[in-house]
Amino acid sequence: MRRTWLLVAGAAVVIVAAALLARGGGEPATIEDRAQAISAGLRCPVCQNLSVADSPSRLAGEMRAEVEGQLRAGRTDDEVRAFFVARYGEWVLLEPRSLVPFLIPVVAVGLGIAAWAFVVRRRPRAERTEVSDAERRRIDGDLRSLEEGA
Amino acid sequence: MAAFVGTVSLAIAFALALYGAAVAVMGVRRRNASMLESARTTAYSVLALVLVANAAMLVALLTNDFSVRYVASNSSVATPTFFKVLALWSADEGSLLLWNLVLAGYLAAVAFRFRARRPETFGWALATMYGVVAFYLLLVLGPTAPFATLASVPADGNGPLPLLQNHPLMAAHPPFLYLGFIGFTVPFAFAIAGLITGRVSDDWIRITRRWTLAAWTFLAIGLTLGALWSYGVLGWGGYWAWDPVENVALLPWLTATAFLHSVMVQERRGMLKVWNLALVIGTFSLTVLGTFLTRGSILSSVHTFAQSIVGPMYLAFLTLVLVGGFGLIAWRREALRAESTLDTPLSRESLFLGNNVLLLAVTFTVLVGTIYPLIVEALTGEKVSVGGPFFNRNTLPVALLLLFLMGIGPLLPWRAASLSSVARRLRVPAWAAALVAVVFALAGAGTAAIVVFGLAAFVGTATIAEMLRGVRAQRRAHATSWGVATRAAITRNRRLYGGLVAHLGVLIALVGVSWAALGDASGELTLGVGDRALVEGYELRLDDLNVREEAHRRVIVARITAFDAESGEEVARLQPSLNLYPGSSEPIGTPSIRVGTPWNGMRDLYASLVSVDAEGPAASLRFFVNPGIGLLWVGGFVIAFGGLVAAWPSRSPPRRTPLPDEVAETREEVRV
Amino acid sequence: MSDDDLGEGGGVERGSAEGGPRRSRGRVIVLTLVPVVAFALLLASGLGRDPRELPSELISDRAPAFALPELGGQGDISGPTEGQVFVVNFWASWCLECHAEHDALVAAWDRYRERGVVFVGVVFEDGEGPALQYASEKDGDWPLVMDPGSRTAIAYGVFGVPETFVVAPDGTIAAKTIGEVTYSWLTEEIDRALRTEVSA
Repeated sequence: MRRTWLLVAGAAVVIVAAALLARGGGEPATIEDRAQAISAGLRCPVCQNLSVADSPSRLAGEMRAEVEGQLRAGRTDDEVRAFFVARYGEWVLLEPRSLVPFLIPVVAVGLGIAAWAFVVRRRPRAERTEVSDAERRRIDGDLRSLEEGA
Repeated sequence: MAAFVGTVSLAIAFALALYGAAVAVMGVRRRNASMLESARTTAYSVLALVLVANAAMLVALLTNDFSVRYVASNSSVATPTFFKVLALWSADEGSLLLWNLVLAGYLAAVAFRFRARRPETFGWALATMYGVVAFYLLLVLGPTAPFATLASVPADGNGPLPLLQNHPLMAAHPPFLYLGFIGFTVPFAFAIAGLITGRVSDDWIRITRRWTLAAWTFLAIGLTLGALWSYGVLGWGGYWAWDPVENVALLPWLTATAFLHSVMVQERRGMLKVWNLALVIGTFSLTVLGTFLTRGSILSSVHTFAQSIVGPMYLAFLTLVLVGGFGLIAWRREALRAESTLDTPLSRESLFLGNNVLLLAVTFTVLVGTIYPLIVEALTGEKVSVGGPFFNRNTLPVALLLLFLMGIGPLLPWRAASLSSVARRLRVPAWAAALVAVVFALAGAGTAAIVVFGLAAFVGTATIAEMLRGVRAQRRAHATSWGVATRAAITRNRRLYGGLVAHLGVLIALVGVSWAALGDASGELTLGVGDRALVEGYELRLDDLNVREEAHRRVIVARITAFDAESGEEVARLQPSLNLYPGSSEPIGTPSIRVGTPWNGMRDLYASLVSVDAEGPAASLRFFVNPGIGLLWVGGFVIAFGGLVAAWPSRSPPRRTPLPDEVAETREEVRV
Repeated sequence: MSDDDLGEGGGVERGSAEGGPRRSRGRVIVLTLVPVVAFALLLASGLGRDPRELPSELISDRAPAFALPELGGQGDISGPTEGQVFVVNFWASWCLECHAEHDALVAAWDRYRERGVVFVGVVFEDGEGPALQYASEKDGDWPLVMDPGSRTAIAYGVFGVPETFVVAPDGTIAAKTIGEVTYSWLTEEIDRALRTEVSA
C-alpha cells in the first residue's frame, strides 16, 4: 500500500503543478496582457483556425486594436468577448463555452483509470488462479477443442 | 497521352488488386501454394503500374500538358521545375496518387519481405492489404480522377496554390507523413489476419513490430517537418495551430505510441491482447478518419483540399474498418484471454498501463475537440469553434503527467519493484530536479517555469542514468573501454536504447515547447525607411524596401537590421518578404528568422512583413522573440532517431539470457 | 476503443461460467458495434454541409451606426438613418466577387434610388488609391466610404468581402448575405424592408 501512496503523491504534486501552469499564474494585470489573452481566445474571421492574436492578417490586427480600445474605454473582459460574440456568433470563441467538450475526455480518463484500478485490484484472485494455472490452461484447451468440434 | 497512360495503368492496377485479394483468400482456403505465390508476386505488378501512373502525371506536369485538368489547375508555364514536381502532391487528386504509390510500395515491401518464410497469417494479411489498395485505387479511378482531361486546352495553367509553392519544405513534409500514415496498414493487415485465422497469440505483434516502428518514425518526422513548415512559412510566429489536419495527423501517432508501449506488456506478460489489437485497429482507423475529415469536405482548414464527393466513400470505408476490426475482436474475445494479471501498481507494466490511459486521454481530447464543431452542428445547427486555448489547457497537464511517467517508467522492473530499489534509483534525478528548481527560483522564474524545468531535469537525469546503467554493467562484466561497452550495450538491447533515445527526444521537444511558451514575446510596428523602433529588448531599423520580379511571382523584401537595445550591437539582419502571385489577391508572406543557437541564448528572432505602404515608403511588421523553439525540431528528429535505433535489425539471434538490468534487478528484488 | 477493452485485456473475465461464451459473444459484438455505427452516423450527418458556410448573427439586431469619411471626398457619410432603408455593401478592389456583383448593385441602385433607399459601399482592407480607381472604372454613383481601422466592418461582424446588409426603416438589420449578391436577392430583401415601412 505504501508504494501506491508514493506514486499517488508524486502524481498529485505534478497534477497540482500542472494545474497551476495551465492557469497561467494568476490574472493578467495590464491592459496589453488582457488584450493579448482575449485576442488569443478569438478566432480570426478571415483566416482558417488562427486566433486573432496569432493571425498575421490585417483584419486581425485591427481586431486586436478594437479589443485594446474597448478595454481602455473601461469594458470588462467578458463585455469585450460578448461584443464579438454578438457579431460573429459563438463561432468566434476558440474555447467553447459549453462544458461538454471538457467533460468528455475527463469522463474517458476517469473510466480508463477506473479500469486500471480494477485490473490492479484483482490481485488476490490472480494469486488464486496462479496455483491452478497449468490445470486451468488444460481445461481451457479442452473447452476450446470441444467448441471447435461442435 | 499521359492521361491515357495514367488512367489505363490505374485501372489495370485496380483489377490486379481485386485479383490479388481473391487469389490470396482462395490460396489460403484451398491450401494452394501456387495461388498464394501468384497473389504475392502480383504486388510487384501493382507497384509498377501505380509507379507508371505517377510518372505519367509527372511527365504531364513537366511538359505543361494542360489538357490534363490537374496540370492546368495546379501548374503553369512559369512555375519553376522544382515546384512542378511538387505539384504532384500539392492538391487532392495528385496527393492521392502519391498516397497510392506509397501504399503499393508497402504492399510490395510486404510481398518481398515474406518471399521465403511466410507466417501462417500471410495470406489473409495480403488479402487485407489488397483490399485497402483496391479502395484507394477506386478513389483515384472514380470520383477523384486525377487524369480527367479538359475539352478545351488552356494556353497556360493556374499554377499551384501560392501557399504550397512558397517553400521547399513542401517537398519532404507530405511524403514523410504518408509513409507514416500508410505504414500502419501493415500491422493492421496482420492483426486482421490473426483475428480471421484465430492465430491471435503474439504472432502478429512479432511480425509487424519493425513495420509499426518504421511507420511511427516516419510519422514523427512528418509531424516535425509539418511544424517546421508552419513556423517557417506561415509567418505567424507559431508552429502548431491545432488545425484539424494537424490534429488528425497527431492522433494516429499518439495511439501508435501507446501501442509501442503496451505491446511490450503483451510480449512479457501475455496481457492486454484485446487492448493491443484495439490500438492497432484504432490507429489505422484514425488514419482513415484523417483522410475522411480532410478530403471528405467535412472540416474547414488551411490544408483541406477542394470540395469533393468522395466523403461518403471514405465514410463507408471507415465504417467497414471499424465494424470489421472491432467486430472481429469481439468475435475472438474468448481466445484473447490474458495469461497473467498485474501484480502491483509499482511495476513497469503498471506504468505502461498508466501511460496508455494518459495517451488515450490526450487522443480523446484532441479527437473530441476536432470533431466537436461537427457534432454540435449536426445536433443543433449552430457553428462553434474549438481552437488553441482549449487544446492547450486540456492536453498540457496530461502531457506533464506523461513526462513524469516517462521518467520513472524505465527505472521500474517488470512484475514488481521494491520501494527501496526504486527510491535508490530516483535519488539522483530527484536531486537534479531540486537543484534546477532552486536555481530557477533564485533566478526569479515563475511557478510554471520552476515546475516544468524541474520535472524536465528529473526525467532527463533519470533517462540518462538508465542509459549509463547498461553501459556500466557491460563494462563491469567484460572489463572493456567505455566506447566498446556503449556499443555492446546498445547492440544487445536496441529496443531499450531506442526507447530511451526517443524519450530524450520527447523531453527535448517538450522543453523547447515550454521554453517558447513561457518566454516568447512579440510586437507589431510600422517603420518608414531608415526609422528605428524598440521592440521587446531589440531595436529594429528598416534599411530599405525593394521589389524583385521573378518568373512566377513578385517579391517585396524589407531589409531590417536588429540591434541589441542595451549594448547597441548589431545582432541580426532579417529580410522578411511578401510574395504576390498572379491570380491571387492576398500576398503570401515569407518570414525571416535568425535561428537561435546556444551562443545567443537559443532565441529565434522572427520577423514577418504584414503590409507595405508604397507612399511612405513604410513597412508594417510583426516581430517575435521565440526562445528555445529550435529544441522542438531537435527533439522531433531525436525521437525519430530513437525509432531508427529500436527498429534497426540486429544481427545476433534473439537472446534468451536476461538483460544486465534484469540480472541486477533479480538480485535486489525482495518480494513481500 | 472503448475503455472496456482495457479491462478485458488486463485479464478481466466475466460471466463466462454461466450463459456460455456463445450468448455473451453476441452481446459483446453488439455492444462493440453500436458505438462504432453511432460514430459513423454522426460523421455522416456532417457530409451534406458546407464547412465554409458562416453564421449570420445580428439579424433583427440594431444596425451599428457609422459616420465614415467619403472616398475621395471631404465630408463624412453617416447612417443608417431611421425611416429609411439602407443597403450596406462591404467591398474591396482586390476582391474578384466584388467585381462580379457590381452590375447587380448598379441595377438595384437604379431601381430603388428614387424610392428613398440609400446604398453605401464600405471599403474593406483596401488602400484609397486602388479603391478610387475601382470606383472610377465602374458605374454607379452611390456613396463610397473608407473604414479606418475596419471598425465598422468589425461592428457588422464582417468575415470577408463581399458582404451585403439590408437595414430596415426601424434601424434593425433585416437581411445579410455573404459572398456575391444577386439582383433577385437585393430586390426581394429591399422590397420586404420597404413593406415594413408601409405597415409601420
